[in-house]
Amino acid sequence: MKVRIHVSLKPGVLDPQGRAVHHALEGLGYKGVEDVRIGRLVEMDVADDTTDAALDEMCQKLLANMVIENYRIEKVA
Amino acid sequence: MKTAVVTFPGSNCDRDMWVALRDVSGKEPVKVWHGDADLPDGLDFIALPGGFSYGDYLRSGAMAANSPIMRSVVAAAERGVPVLGVCNGFQVLTEARLLPGALMRNAAQTFICRTVPLVVENATSLFTSAYTKGDTIHIPVAHHDGNYFADDDTLDRLEIEGRVAFRYAENCNGSRRDIAGVLNESGNVLGMMPHPERAIEADHGGSDGRRLFESVIGSLVGA
Repeated sequence: MKVRIHVSLKPGVLDPQGRAVHHALEGLGYKGVEDVRIGRLVEMDVADDTTDAALDEMCQKLLANMVIENYRIEKVA
Repeated sequence: MKTAVVTFPGSNCDRDMWVALRDVSGKEPVKVWHGDADLPDGLDFIALPGGFSYGDYLRSGAMAANSPIMRSVVAAAERGVPVLGVCNGFQVLTEARLLPGALMRNAAQTFICRTVPLVVENATSLFTSAYTKGDTIHIPVAHHDGNYFADDDTLDRLEIEGRVAFRYAENCNGSRRDIAGVLNESGNVLGMMPHPERAIEADHGGSDGRRLFESVIGSLVGA
């Protein structure tokens, strides 16, 4: 089973990288970009019988830092 | 008295930490490798040094926090053994959940390497008793991810409980409430971004960091 873990910064956590990229997009002349937040995508190939609970645990123990990040699990196939 | 310095792959301040502890304690610290499952018996103090453990993969300190030796470090900390994490060591301690909060990319996105003034906020802890509250000391920083973040409730609790050990006199990295170093609830774990082990000799950029080691080693004399 292919799984994508989308890790993103929690709302309210300042994202200096996102801000710098936002600034760079404006510098390139793109108008109307309201906000940029940078996250991380982790693609995994896991055994088909991997439980949701196990995936949650992987995210909470290692893949995301729950102090500053949220995660979303997407099962691709 | 028995002290130890843990080396992870990518640590680069482990020797400086070792020398600082040796000079202040008069005894050679034990060198511990991250892949060791167990710490030596009878340790009185454990230091996690600065560097770039595991190349800062995933998040700074995240991989090291899950390395074999950290289970023993967490257990020792929970037994009350003093643990100091400097720079990457601080990042490892937050990732291991021994300290609250997280260290994010510096607000200005740049690596900062210079000596900064710090204000001693708590001079009664195991690590800071040789300072005076309100002292301004000069300690080098060298980091890319030193921007301390915790939510408002956590920050309020840290302040009320006197767990902010050091604050930046001038905020260099965007840290919330200028926090440079924090203590755990029991006061036996300190994490800080500035490098006291780089400030132990007047001939080498100042000695303001020496009192931190004198504080903690002093508390162990007889141990």
